Amino acid sequence: MEKSLVINPDKCTGCLQCEMACSYENEGVFNPSKSRIKVFTFHQEGRFVPYTCTQCSDAWCQHACPVDAISLNLVTGAKEVNDSSCVGCKVCTISCPFGTINYNQSSGKVIKCDLCGGDPKCATACPTQAITYIDANQTGMDKMRKWASVTDNTSTNTSANA
Amino acid sequence: MQYIIVGAGPSGVIACETIRKLDQKAQITLITGQKEPPYSRMAIPYFLEHKITEAGTYLRHNSEHFRALNIIVINEKITAIVTPKNTIKLADGTELGYEKLLLATGAHAVSPPIEGISLNDVHNCWTLEDARNIASKAVSGSSVVLMGAGFIGCIILESLLKRGVNLTIVEMGDRMVPRMMDDTAGGLLKSWCESKGVKILTSEQVTSISEADSSDKHSLIVNLKDSQDLSADLVICATGVKSNIDFLDGSGIIVDQGIIVNEFLQTNIDNIYASGDVAQGLDFSDQSLHVQAIQPTAVEHGRIAAINMVQHNSCVHHGSINMNILDTMGLISASFGQWMGVEGGQESILLDAKNFRYLNLQFKDECLVGMSSLGHTQNIGVVRGLIRSKVKLGIWKQRMMKDPSRLMEAYLADL
Ligand SMILES: Cc1cc2nc3c(=O)[nH]c(=O)nc-3n(C[C@H](O)[C@H](O)[C@H](O)COP(=O)(O)OP(=O)(O)OC[C@H]3O[C@@H](n4cnc5c(N)ncnc54)[C@H](O)[C@@H]3O)c2cc1C
Ligand code: SF4
Repeated sequence: MEKSLVINPDKCTGCLQCEMACSYENEGVFNPSKSRIKVFTFHQEGRFVPYTCTQCSDAWCQHACPVDAISLNLVTGAKEVNDSSCVGCKVCTISCPFGTINYNQSSGKVIKCDLCGGDPKCATACPTQAITYIDANQTGMDKMRKWASVTDNTSTNTSANA
Repeated sequence: MQYIIVGAGPSGVIACETIRKLDQKAQITLITGQKEPPYSRMAIPYFLEHKITEAGTYLRHNSEHFRALNIIVINEKITAIVTPKNTIKLADGTELGYEKLLLATGAHAVSPPIEGISLNDVHNCWTLEDARNIASKAVSGSSVVLMGAGFIGCIILESLLKRGVNLTIVEMGDRMVPRMMDDTAGGLLKSWCESKGVKILTSEQVTSISEADSSDKHSLIVNLKDSQDLSADLVICATGVKSNIDFLDGSGIIVDQGIIVNEFLQTNIDNIYASGDVAQGLDFSDQSLHVQAIQPTAVEHGRIAAINMVQHNSCVHHGSINMNILDTMGLISASFGQWMGVEGGQESILLDAKNFRYLNLQFKDECLVGMSSLGHTQNIGVVRGLIRSKVKLGIWKQRMMKDPSRLMEAYLADL
């Protein structure tokens, strides 16, 4: 069974352990600004929302890429960026309607969540289970899915999204 | 079912792949007028700056990709469509029958009709062939004149500088990327470029190009309307593009700027569809028909057309959003949708000229309809999400009117 990241903002305390774990795993440094998962703070409401890629089935970033640099990991279902092919054109960053693939000026390439190859470190690091990695069919990312369906002209057609 | 796809750019290629996904038994033939494997025009700037080789520009890196999907690739130009017979004619005289046909022949670069435009050292920058020519002439220390500071001109600007050329840009309009950014942002971009040693002449025109005397160390003289002549080793013409529709003469297919398509990417002839730079399709923002000539629209068209060809018009195209992102020596600019604003709309602008940062949001009623920016990259895709989903922003509109940088918060507000 394919798993996915499930985020429950109500449980998030804004401790940023996920960002630290992500940047350490992927960039080798404890630097939240290099994290692929971001925690957004709503100061007025005292609310925190962790946010990253949901690995949508018909990925905009992947279709838009001019040089075949984004591919599907058949085991995890993650869409992964191949650094050696990416030319840093950024067209994927404007195509993704969730804004979860970002340009990294220091490497000249884009970065996105790749589910750490099936063991996402943000989920392990989260002390409150605001981020969990569980069976795909239980996920509650309804809001995002709904958004995806109005954003993607083709998502009403399920058979093309295999 | 017998499908023929004409054109092996991003639009045609994604269409073939989508058809294969939906119909294992389909017979799919991909016709391309070029001798190279399907490649990406968008990758040309990176080829010019030596980031990738020619093979790096290929749309699919696995050389067996098309064979593995049982897609037949024919490298020959289409010359005509015989609609009553459901056949196409190729330049070598072959005639092929189709049941469903997709036209994804893209666009070509157009040059102004000035004297000297066909001289040897004057090139467009549209095909790999053009790129090879530019690469051989834009060598370190050479003088290059770039005609046009539109999107394509600006996107190759950095590659040219990285090759070590002395660059002068001549633009007819009063600013850079006039169709992507307003005066403020275009002006900032210009001063950014000038600070990096690029000479930019706006509101200026090349009137003719001539061969220099053999005693001159440069090969060309570029005559300008108001300013002094320029000497150059190479002139690159990036003044515009036009859809490839000439072969449609006599076919009965209705064209305007491009091929007119309906909400299924279908032409006026039932079993013929069109997509990408050759198609004049629905624009999400103003709900009228435009040739957008951008990559995201080409792939969106290609997928939707393919679905409708296989599963008879089951997928409605609600229109594509015009959008661009540009990196000019580290200054990243972007624009989406109705960045220029709409009648009766409101705008919210954040400007930090000293640091080259700019953010301009355009609203209509409670919805975001456009955006343009300098120096913003994080989560930029949400702009497309917000425009496309027409989310009613409510209180968040008021908050963004005060501080446009709260865009991401607004997006996440009720997640
Ligand atoms: C240098 C450069 C940089 C660019 N950068 C960007 C960017 O950053 N972002 C962006 O959104 N867009 C960019 N673009 C534009 C983008 O490349 C195009 O919008 C995109 O290629 C359109 O795809 P398409 O499949 O419709 O057409 P094309 O890519 O033009 O493909 C058309 C295909 O049709 C074939 N063809 C044409 N006529 C015939 C015929 N008679 N018979 C047979 N085959 C034929 C061609 O050989 C080609 O294979 C750039 C373009 C260039 C040149
Ligand atoms: S930035 Fe890299 S991954 Fe994204 S579309 Fe461009 S080449 Fe592909």
